[in-house]
Amino acid sequence: MYKRLHHIVFPMWESVRDLMPIFVVVAFFQLIVLQQPVPDPGKLFFGVFMLVIGLTLFIKGLNMGLFPIGESMAYAFARKGSLFWLLAFSFSLGFGTTVAEPALIAVANEAADVAADGGMIDRTEDARNAYAFGLRYTVAFSVGLALVVGVIRILKGWPIHYLIIVGYIGVVVMTFFAPKEIIGIAYDSGGVTTSTITVPLVAALGVGLASSIKGRNPMIDGFGLIAFASLTPMIFVMGYGMII
Amino acid sequence: MDHLSHVGTTLWSTLLDVFPIIAIIFGFQYLVIRRAIPNLKRVLTGLVYVTLGLGLFLVGLEEALFPLGKLMALQLTDPVFVHGATSGITEMLRWQDYMWVYIFAAAIGFATTIAEPALIAVAIKASDVSGGAINIWGLRIAVAIGVAIGIALGTFRIVTGTPIHLYIVAGYIWVIIQTFFAPRLIIALAFDSGGVTTSTVTVPLVAALGLGLASTIPGRSPLIDGFGLIAFASLFPMITVMSYAQISYWRARQQSRLSSGSETKAQDS
Repeated sequence: MYKRLHHIVFPMWESVRDLMPIFVVVAFFQLIVLQQPVPDPGKLFFGVFMLVIGLTLFIKGLNMGLFPIGESMAYAFARKGSLFWLLAFSFSLGFGTTVAEPALIAVANEAADVAADGGMIDRTEDARNAYAFGLRYTVAFSVGLALVVGVIRILKGWPIHYLIIVGYIGVVVMTFFAPKEIIGIAYDSGGVTTSTITVPLVAALGVGLASSIKGRNPMIDGFGLIAFASLTPMIFVMGYGMII
Repeated sequence: MDHLSHVGTTLWSTLLDVFPIIAIIFGFQYLVIRRAIPNLKRVLTGLVYVTLGLGLFLVGLEEALFPLGKLMALQLTDPVFVHGATSGITEMLRWQDYMWVYIFAAAIGFATTIAEPALIAVAIKASDVSGGAINIWGLRIAVAIGVAIGIALGTFRIVTGTPIHLYIVAGYIWVIIQTFFAPRLIIALAFDSGGVTTSTVTVPLVAALGLGLASTIPGRSPLIDGFGLIAFASLFPMITVMSYAQISYWRARQQSRLSSGSETKAQDS
């Protein structure tokens, strides 16, 4: 009985601890700096309760579902030895999870507004939709490509910093040629592509691959996929801004 | 009733977000790998937990945190608050007047990063893989400090109106130089931590702060200057995570030197 309770209460307590800084910051600014009362405490309490339950379930499911499946697929691909299917899987994972990402859809629509304001495209609804649609597919393609490059890097054991440096040079060079209006959005697009479900899965995939290949260190070689996935969208979005 | 319908719609949209991932996993598993998934029942339960957990988490964010956080971002950037109620608003504001905004930016950046589920996931994995050499809380706090610095500096940039690429290029050069001095084990993880920090919790609040600032400061366009905070938030964690590794490495060496020093002393006496 005690053990059972322990399994439920302890993870929830951990979630409360994870969320505590937010509560403190919000309370401090609301009550002391802005000196405003808390609006609708009932709604707030309900929301906090949902946050704690949600985070607890997510972390539990991570260790039961997402991590094991990511790793078992990495092992299976390594054993199967088919490079083509491994890369096809990586590309699909990057492309498929990004193209429907709500944060990306929001950013793409805002970028279309910027482009219309800057006179890069017509101010019609159709032109904006086409622009946002093209941008989304460009970013999704770039994330798929990033995972392909990242997986090849793990297989070959290339040091990550050379590839990242090349990527940075790409970003900097593109910055000088891209239209000024698109730069802020392009830089932000790198951060929004990697969603909460994709990250654990991709991390498990990378670590699983690195540990199933002889001579690779899961720490040195296994991480880094997410870094590529947040770098290539910047380059591709600026490229998109230059072409359109 | 209102709450319940909100829970329903959010869970449904989370399910739609998760669906492509599930489809890709099971598609490749059964069509290409053609092997049963080990512990299928457990894995499926885990996936249900992840989806349900993320959905409820989003409900909580939308019910409790986002309305309040966005309201606070607007109030803190309001010229009346920035300036104090007594003086006129027409007067030019100096960047020093926005001190509370910088403090809020840093505090909310730190706090939301600690609660970011994707970062918790990567920290668990890194601690696992490194055999505990990388501490879960150490990594999360290092990343959170990086986000705090990044967002505070990003709001400063919006207030002063300096071009974003100067900061980003300088940051990149710093990152590249630091890469050559940081312990090799941390480098890939440090690069990753730039991307994982900005997800579910941080992005909406930070975007609200940026847009609030850019729309209240004269001469800033929300469309052009409102963006860029997320880029700052993904740059600085790389620097702080590498610094964290360098500091723990240096302290471990200091400690081993101290203990070996005391050993020789013990032998001498």
